[in-house]
Amino acid sequence: MRAVITVIGKDMVGILAGVSNICADHKVNIIEVTQSIMQDMFAMIMMVDISGANIPFADLSGELSEFGKKNALSVHIMHEDIFNSMHRI
Amino acid sequence: MLNTNDILETIKMIQDENLDIRTITMGISLLDCSDSDIDKACAKVYDKICRYAENLVKTGEDIEAEYGIPIINKRISVTPVAMIAAACPDKNPVKFAHALDKAAKAVGVNFLGGYSALVQKGFGPGDYGLIQSIPQALAETERVCSSVNIGSTKAGINMDAVAKMGHIVRECAELTADNNCFGAAKLVIFCNAPEDNPFMAGAFHGVGEPDCVINVGVSGPGVVRAALAQAPDANITEVADIVKRTAFKITRMGQLVAQEASRRLCVPFGIVDLSLAPTPAVGDSVAHILEEMGLESCGAHGTTACLALLNDAVKKGGVMASSHVGGLSGAFIPVSEDAGMIDAARCGALSLTKLEAMTAVCSVGLDMIAVPGDTPAEIISAILADEAAIGMVNSKTTAIRLIPAIGKQQGEEMEFGGLFGSSPIMDVNRYSPAKFISRGGRIPAPLQSLKN
Repeated sequence: MRAVITVIGKDMVGILAGVSNICADHKVNIIEVTQSIMQDMFAMIMMVDISGANIPFADLSGELSEFGKKNALSVHIMHEDIFNSMHRI
Repeated sequence: MLNTNDILETIKMIQDENLDIRTITMGISLLDCSDSDIDKACAKVYDKICRYAENLVKTGEDIEAEYGIPIINKRISVTPVAMIAAACPDKNPVKFAHALDKAAKAVGVNFLGGYSALVQKGFGPGDYGLIQSIPQALAETERVCSSVNIGSTKAGINMDAVAKMGHIVRECAELTADNNCFGAAKLVIFCNAPEDNPFMAGAFHGVGEPDCVINVGVSGPGVVRAALAQAPDANITEVADIVKRTAFKITRMGQLVAQEASRRLCVPFGIVDLSLAPTPAVGDSVAHILEEMGLESCGAHGTTACLALLNDAVKKGGVMASSHVGGLSGAFIPVSEDAGMIDAARCGALSLTKLEAMTAVCSVGLDMIAVPGDTPAEIISAILADEAAIGMVNSKTTAIRLIPAIGKQQGEEMEFGGLFGSSPIMDVNRYSPAKFISRGGRIPAPLQSLKN
């Protein structure tokens, strides 16, 4: 199953590393990353494969939000289908 | 890879614009639960609901976590109880309400609809007794909702039922006077009631429905308003187009959740109800969409036209996004549940007569409106007859959920709390319709019914 992780917030050192570490710790494979910085706002989108993840989805989501809270970022993980169904016919 | 802007747009809709799935409603047929012994029938009802809906709430929560889309309510609708109660005619059907309430609590749903009767052409066995018991049932239970269909385009309007329901609405409010007259907020009176509506308080599981079914109601007035705010100078053709595009996206979300819930629960998918259902939260208001279109306040002249456009565009956008569309599908205009409507009613911009006109083009009717506590039953009946006539002639669903605010007067406020919000008490026309209502009989079905 594939999911999309989005990180939005003020740019700072270590965002990509932090999120990647959480993924690596839980055997979540990163397939693709795009990121952009508009003025000083950071927006990163990661496509990940969670089929091999070693924790349930809800826990992974909790851990990512926790990381977001600590660093004043908005971090979400959502099932890929929600975007596919909304934006593709 | 998905487009970055699309992903960010979806996140923004959910985080900032209150996009959510308003309800996953499981429809359960109780036709096989009838028994001449009311206690046995109640036990069968309780068992069947608990068996079928055991995993409903958990499944809803799982989907919510995995897809990251809030699912606000998990609910149940059942076969109109009057049909089950018909098998035990000399017993008080309130026992069924208690069984339903107990089952709702056992499976953890916040409302269960279907304490209902369909009497558009006349009272069948069980109907009158059930209607008579509605005030007691709603006062003694917490989660049970009730509805009565008193008219249809095909059958006309049952004026005996209209007269009766005026009294029932008042009694519902009187029996729950110490609880904000909340009994009346759990009772909906319909003309052309849909049999697959997932929204409370008017949900019930029609007789033509399968044994069990999953219906989903979407929401998202905030998303539509935000999309319109991006195009302040668009002409009305463009406005309609923006609403359509947004409704399509919202409905796709509903379709996905409905299919997923249906698959996980092994229950057939019924319909997606494409409704814009407001909540009292700031940024989740249908009135604010109308204001975004260019009205100073909802209720101003032009409101009906804006609402007609909105209601139609929502359907056009949503219908392609879902394989089966049904229920009420359109824009809801409840007063107490919509921050913009509340403000408009408070400042005097929105009156009951304007709301009545709006119901000719919205998806339902006069909803969550508090009227003075001394409003006589025949005036409530007459409001009901007017509303039913609009539905009957326009071949659309209309409904009434009026709350007589016992002990309060126009200008005061009713506080319901939570999703039910608060409402200023609106004045009614005091000239008497008593003679008209006391005549009884039936308004014949209009010419529109002769379509064969």
